[in-house]
Order: sequence, then C-alpha cells, then structure tokens
Amino acid sequence: MQTQETYNDDIVRLFLYASIIWALIGMLMGVIVAAELYWPNLNADIPALTFGRLRPNHTFGIILAFGVSALMGTSFYIAQRTGHVRLAYGGLAKFVFWGWQLCCVLAMTTMPFGLTQSKEYAEPEWFIDILIAVVWISYAIVFFGTLARRRISNIYVACWYYGAFIIAVALMHIINNLAVPISWTRSIPLYSGVVDAMAQWWYGHNAVAFILTAGFLGMMYYFVPRQAQQPLWSYRFSIVNFWALISVYMWAGAHHLMYTALPDWVQSVGMAFSIILVMPSWGSAANGLMTFSGAWQRVKEDPAAQFMVMSLIFYGASTMEGSIMADKTVNSLSHYTDWTVAHVHSGSLGWVAMITIGSLYAMAPRILGRTEMHSKKAMFWHFWLHLIGTLLYVIAMWTAGITAGLMWRETGADGTLLYSFLDSLVTIKPLYVVRALGGTLVLTGMAIMAWNMWKTSADARQGKVAPIPVPVDDHGHGSTQTANAY
Amino acid sequence: MNFKYFEAIEKKTWLLGVLTAVFVSFGGLAEITPLFVAANKIEAADVKPYDPLRLAGFQTYVHSGCYLCHSQMIRNLGFETQRYGAVSLAQESFYDRPMQWGSKRTGPDLARVGGKYSNAWHLEHLRDPRAVVPESNMPKYNWLEDLSIDAELIQSRMRAMRLLGAPYSDEEIASAPSKLEGKTQMDAMIAYLQGLGIDNRPQNAGEHDKGHKL
Repeated sequence: MQTQETYNDDIVRLFLYASIIWALIGMLMGVIVAAELYWPNLNADIPALTFGRLRPNHTFGIILAFGVSALMGTSFYIAQRTGHVRLAYGGLAKFVFWGWQLCCVLAMTTMPFGLTQSKEYAEPEWFIDILIAVVWISYAIVFFGTLARRRISNIYVACWYYGAFIIAVALMHIINNLAVPISWTRSIPLYSGVVDAMAQWWYGHNAVAFILTAGFLGMMYYFVPRQAQQPLWSYRFSIVNFWALISVYMWAGAHHLMYTALPDWVQSVGMAFSIILVMPSWGSAANGLMTFSGAWQRVKEDPAAQFMVMSLIFYGASTMEGSIMADKTVNSLSHYTDWTVAHVHSGSLGWVAMITIGSLYAMAPRILGRTEMHSKKAMFWHFWLHLIGTLLYVIAMWTAGITAGLMWRETGADGTLLYSFLDSLVTIKPLYVVRALGGTLVLTGMAIMAWNMWKTSADARQGKVAPIPVPVDDHGHGSTQTANAY
Repeated sequence: MNFKYFEAIEKKTWLLGVLTAVFVSFGGLAEITPLFVAANKIEAADVKPYDPLRLAGFQTYVHSGCYLCHSQMIRNLGFETQRYGAVSLAQESFYDRPMQWGSKRTGPDLARVGGKYSNAWHLEHLRDPRAVVPESNMPKYNWLEDLSIDAELIQSRMRAMRLLGAPYSDEEIASAPSKLEGKTQMDAMIAYLQGLGIDNRPQNAGEHDKGHKL
C-alpha cells in the first residue's frame, strides 16, 4: 500500500452529535405533550403548541431524527469495522448526513403549523417525503457500496439487519406516502378508507419492525459482543432469527385494526403472525443476553453494558407484551387506551433508547480519541435516571390503560354502561402527572449524557483526533466472528 | 451441506439485498393488494363525497391532528356500539384521504357524533372545552374562528379527489367558493362534525342506533 487507508470517522462523529441533540429535542417534546394532557392550557393559546400539532414532533423527533441519526452513524461505523474498509463515497455520505438533518428540521418546523398529512408516523408533507426518499437511496448506496468493497469475505450479521432496515424503510416510505400534490405544501393520499388504514398500519407497524427492531438489532449484534468482550452466543441462531423476523413482521400490521371495518380474514392473519413473531424476537433477546454469560462481573462495572443488558430485558418483555396485545380478546380491552402507549414506551424507552445509549457510550470514546467516557459516574446516574423514569412512565400508563379499558366495558345488572367516557378520563388523569414525571427523569438523564459527551469530545471538536488506520494485512482471511476479533 | 448455500448469501451483497427485499414483500402483497382490488368494487353511489364546507372541515380536522386523541372507528363489540352507536362501516371513510380512524382515545370516538349536540354547543366547546366540560383536557380551538377558508385549495382538493374517483361535477367544483363565502374554519369544523355518522352513512345501511351522549 502506498498510503495508509483510514476509517472515515468524521461522518460517524457528526451523526453521534446529531443524535444526542435530537434525543434532547425529541424527549423535550414528549415531556411537553405529556404535560399538556394534564394541564391543557399549557399551549398558551398558541395553535402550533397544541397536543395534536406537537405530538408528531415528538414521534418524528425520537424515531426519525434521534433513532435514525444514531442508526446511520452506527451503521457507517460498523460497516467499516466489520469489513476492514473505509466508507464508500465520502461525499455522498456527507450528503446523507446533511440531507437527513435537513429532512428532520424541515419536518419539525412545518408539522406544528399544520403542514401535515396526518398519517400516523408519516406526517411530513410530500415535498419532505421526496427529499427523504432521495436521502434514503443515497444512504443505501453508501452502505451497500461499503459492504461491496469490504475486505472480509463474510458479511457480519449486524450488517444484515442494517441492510434489511434500509431496504424495508425505502419500500414502506415510498408505498405509504404515495399522494397527489394539490399545492406546493399540500397533497391528498392515494389511498382512502380501509385501504389507507391497512397501508398506514402496514407502514406503522413495520416502522416498528424495521427501524425500531431490525435497525437496533444491528446495533445490538455488534456492540453487545464488543462490550461483553466475547463472541456472540450463537451466530447461526442470529441468522435464523433474521430471516424469520423480516418475513413474519411484515404480516403483523393488521393487529392495529382489530374489530374494525378491516375484513376479518386480514385481522386473523395479522393476529396469527403477531403471535408467531414472539419466537424470532425472543431468539434475538436470548442471543444477546447469553452473549453476556460469564461476563456478568464486567457488566457490574460498566454502565454501557448495563444499558445493553437492560435493553434486552425490555426487548424480550415488550415483544412478548406485543404478541399478547395482538390477541383479539386482549386487544378489545387494550386498543385505544394508554396500554398501547405503555407498550410503545417500554419498547422505545426500554429497548430502543437503552440499546442506543449503551452503544453510543461504547462507540463514542473510540471515535473521539479517548479510552473511555469523561465521567463514569455520570453514566451510572444516567442509567438509574433512565431506568426509574421508564418504569414510572410504563407503570403509570399500564395502570391508566387497563383502568380505562375496564371502565369502558363495565355494565350494570341491567346491561347498561356504568361509566361515561369522562368518568374514565377523570379517573386516570392523575397518572398523566406520573407519566410526565417519568419522562422528565429520562430527559434529565439524557441531559447528563449530553454533558458527558461534550466533555469527552473536547479533543475531537478541536480536530486533534488522528484517523484510525484500517487493518489491511489480513484481508481475505476474515471470519464471521470478525466483529469480536479486534 | 446446507451451509454451503448459505455461505453464498453471506458473501454476496447483491444476493443478500435481493433476498431481503423479496422476504419483506410477501406480507404487504398478501394483505394490501386484495383490499385495493376490493375497494374498487365499493359502489360509489352508496356514499356521497363531502360538500365543500364539510370538506374544508375535514381538512382542518386533519391539519389540527385531531386523530391523535379521537378515533372514528366504532369496533364490532357490544360495549362500543352501546356507547357510540352502530359499528363503523368501510364505506363511511371511503372518501377520507387519509382515513381518520385513529389509534388512541384520549377523548371519545367521533364516528357518530353528528347530531348528538347542537351547533351552539360545538361552538362553545371548541372555543373553550372546559366552559362546557370542566374536567376536559382538550385544548382550546378558539383560533379556528379567526381562520378563513382557502377556497382555491378546497377546489384543488376536490379536483384531486375526482381524479381518484370521487364523483364531483364541474358545477360542484366551480360553485365551491360561493358555498364557502364568509365562512370560517370554525364553521367548517362544526359542519364536518355534525355530518359524521349521518352524511357519510351509506344510503342502504338503514336506521342505526345512535348510541348515548358521550
């Protein structure tokens, strides 16, 4: 080699910073909308700050701004490390970063002003959707381009999951957002009524499947062995789970539409696949947890590993809960209530946020030219604040959801309903305060992480971190265990 | 020996990508395609598309994010029909682009709210929900009174809906601005709410139980 090839960590650092900033913004939005449900005048008569206008900013801010920024950053990091190769198309990668940030800023500055399609989790209007599609295809080119030029012969399983995430999101985003523009900022969707319901929940559920599950499993399959400092428990098991997960998930969306005007056969198919889904889900959770076996002593001293272990426990718990809630009988109680909100947040705060936080803590020092994070104590504080906040949130919403669900169906001896809708709202309203408190703890933990990251990145921000050389000597001789080998 | 074939996937980026795309496609193809075909068979004559004022109200409903707290889908369950009225039918949301079935009830279902309350009640409630229902946690929508309706946008919306199958006549589209003259988004919202469960009800659906007041 004439010149030494180095990893492109500049781009990974940008994504790291962006994801922390978006986490703060997205979580802040969450705390505000949570508080508004108890203090409805909190919007101070400003339309853009009403619950209906701001909630999409919370979900978009967390899933697509924070979550996807973290996924893009870690995927670039992992594709380089497991392939022993520099990231492909550096210029295009920069476009992916700035393009994605532009999408997020545009979405979050237009939605509060009513420029929304009001398709749940796909609110941004058509002009943003097109930009998202362009950035996404560029992202796919950079990622798969990097895989194509890798020096290790086998593609590590983490990259499989990232690849599925990239392909499926491209499909879902384009199909769900097909629309007829009626002005520069407005459009009407191609689908209506029942078809739209199925398309939206096929999309909505698979956003959970391929962003919040497959994407973050990619993160898990790389950083868990890394942090446990031992190989993945079973590589073959991870591959079996991969094919099962990506093919079963896509059928499950109909469980969001039980007992509705959706034809019965689709509801039943959705329910059946949702129940089967617990197997690949638990397969991945078990694989991750077993990877720590024999390394528990290390976990005790490492907050990043603690985040990972806890995330896998939440992943197992909330996927089991999801399969149970997809059962029609249970769903008749849980649907439309805060139980759904509890389930989503045990998944997002418990699984997604924790695996991301753990992985970022593991990755950050390596790309910021440090051996470890600035403050370990702050990491411990973050862990406990996040865990307690999540538990408060989830327990409050479980209680609220089940209470309301039971009150809605309660009838007296003569068969008439016992409670008005308002009765149920009055009963569960105090729990909305507990939820807002839980969210505040989570946000506080994230603020501590931001401070810790700021300190840790001091050298990197001044450009004092030397690029890391790609190990080129062993090319062609890699194994499937590459990720754990260095 | 089977592992041999597997190695091929693991070592070829394009094969991995293609197989992934194939595997993720089955579910959507199997579930959405038949619905799309079936939906085209729904007789459009059963339900009438929104008149301009109610269409403007639908637009305001959509842009305000009302679906995040109110569903419009009464499920096929006894306690649901008792509270809200007859089960929601597929035709009722046939002209809703996008559908507003919702997924969460922080407030009650609205699929059959039409006619349950007076226009005056709705006006007062939208201006300040707590003036009518002290325990309510719904935000005020008094600002809807200050917003006029963009008649041209409503016409564009009607034209686009016609493109996708809604039977609007040239005359109906041309006369839309006159129907919206002097109306605010508050008027439109109330007209929309008062039509829910009545004007979008299929003509052959027969009398339906309207359920209780909420």
